[in-house]
Formats: sequence, C-alpha cells, structure tokens
Amino acid sequence: MADDSLFEFLHMEIVSHIFNEQQSSKGEAACISLLEAMGFRVGQGLIERLTRDTPSFKDELDIMKFICKDFWTKVFRRQVDNLRTNHQGTYVLQDNKFSFLTQFSGGKQYLDQAPKYLAFSCGVVRGALSNLGLESVVTAEVSIMPSCKFQVVIQKL
Amino acid sequence: MSRQSNRTTDSKKMNSELFTLTYGALVTQLCKDYENDEEVNKQLDKMGYNIGVRLIEDFLARSSIGRCQDFRETADIIAKVAFKMYLGITPSVTNWSPGGDEFSLILENNPLADFVELPDNHSTLIYSNLLCGALRGALEMVQMAVDVKFAQDSLRGDNVTEIRMKFIKRIEENLPAGEE
Repeated sequence: MADDSLFEFLHMEIVSHIFNEQQSSKGEAACISLLEAMGFRVGQGLIERLTRDTPSFKDELDIMKFICKDFWTKVFRRQVDNLRTNHQGTYVLQDNKFSFLTQFSGGKQYLDQAPKYLAFSCGVVRGALSNLGLESVVTAEVSIMPSCKFQVVIQKL
Repeated sequence: MSRQSNRTTDSKKMNSELFTLTYGALVTQLCKDYENDEEVNKQLDKMGYNIGVRLIEDFLARSSIGRCQDFRETADIIAKVAFKMYLGITPSVTNWSPGGDEFSLILENNPLADFVELPDNHSTLIYSNLLCGALRGALEMVQMAVDVKFAQDSLRGDNVTEIRMKFIKRIEENLPAGEE
C-alpha cells in the first residue's frame, strides 16, 4: 500500500510541474483552477470508496462532521481541529497542522506560495462533497503556517 | 511530520487509493496537455526524476541502509526495501545479464495502475513511467547512472509488469578543488 510520504512527494511535484510548464501560457489563476479540478476528480473517487459501507447521513452537519473526522483522517492523516458554522450553509474547518504545509518553514516568507499547495486539497473536499450530494465552493486561507482554514459554502439549489 | 502510530489496514489502503487516484488525475491531465504519448512519457519520466532525487534522501533517512557493495546488492535493496517501504509490494529480481549489469524487476501487481485501463488511442503510453524516472533520479543521487525502462506492462496486455534496469556507469563525485 502506498506510503504517505510518497503522496506528498507526488503532490509537490504536480504543483511544481503545473506551475512551471503552464505558467507561461496560462497564468497563475488558471494553474490553481487546474489543480483544483484534479483534486475534484480525486475527491469524488475517494469518497465513493470510503463511504461504501457507512450508513447514510442524517443531514448536512452530519456530512460535515464526517468530512472533518473520517475523511480528513484518511486523506490528511489527522482530524480537523475546529469546525465552525453559521448553520446556514457556511462551514469553516480549521486544521492547525495541515499535512502539506508542515514542510514549509514557519513564518511569513512563503505565505504567498501556500495557496498553490492548498488548491488540490480544496478540490478534493469539493469533489467529496459533490458525490455526497452537496454542491459547494471551497476556499482555503493561511495566516500562520502550518495552520490553515478551509471555508466551505454549500450552494443551495 | 506527525504520524499516527496506530494505522489500520483500512487506512493504509485508503492512502494507496489516494495516491493511485492522484496519479491517474495527473496522467489524464498530461494527456490533455500534450498531443502525443511520447511527450507524456517524457514528462512522466522528468517528474519521476524530480521525485526520485528527493525520495532517496527520505529513503536513506528511514531505512539506515549503508552503501551497497555492488549492483546485485542494489537490486535487492530496491526490490526488498524501497518498493516495500513506498509501494507495499516486493517485486522479484530476475533475468540477470551475464555481465551482471542488467536485471529485471517483476511486479505482480502495480499499485499505480489499480483501476486503470488504457484506451485504444493511447497504446504507446507508458502509464507508470514515473517509476522509471524516480528510480533513475534516486540512483543518480547515490552515484549510479542507470537506464530504466519498462519491458512488459500489464496495462498493455502483458501478464506481468517488468522493469528492466541497466547499470551504465558510476558517477564520479565532484569535490571542489582542494578538498580531496
């Protein structure tokens, strides 16, 4: 079974490749969208495998709790530290030691590079929610490494 | 990096799927970006190389393996330690050339290609070419120039996946003048 560090290496290389190769023709925003789209497909596939045997969810909050505990554990090897919601479809998931950011030096130096490494993960979360029946918009922000906040806004149809 | 020490087999399997799915998304994206399979193969090899040069340090740190005495030992370490550590499989080492500088790794199953089928219009795509690049990059960092290619690929209809590795030469360590 594949090792975790292997996935992190692969992820780093994907981000690096997308940005180096595509930067000239596409621009940064397009690269981030590309990474997010890749993450979306992966998230969709993953959630299907993961929830094969779990009973159906009671409501939206139940789904979000599942994402914060089981899904986050499987994908990022830890649980979300803090979940906040306004009970109207917006959720903020805070991870104080996000696995992709732990390798960065703490402090402000690489703060602007962080979004590149979060795009894929945003996509994964969005893909997972999508296959659970929730359309959403997922964004992430970092103020202090390696802690980051994912904001999930459920789109009401 | 913090690691949870109590990992269930379920969790390991999930991570394998995460890796496999991500790799699949990568190859799909590369196929979209580049018109022909040759170009995709080259990109996968390049990316594998970049991963390999970093992976070797992670490997050496975690396995505490000393210097290998010869190519045979290298082959054994790659198959029994490295592949086991990173991909959870143990390929067999066979088909040694008479000169002892070439061998094959036979993989019964290829974790990168779980759930994957190659469509007909990509018959020359070497799906797992990242592996070749990674092996090449990693060995270059320990002063060995090797040539790595797929001899058989189960995705393209063969029974097993076979990676052929050929030793080219030992890379001389370049020490700055005056430090000998």
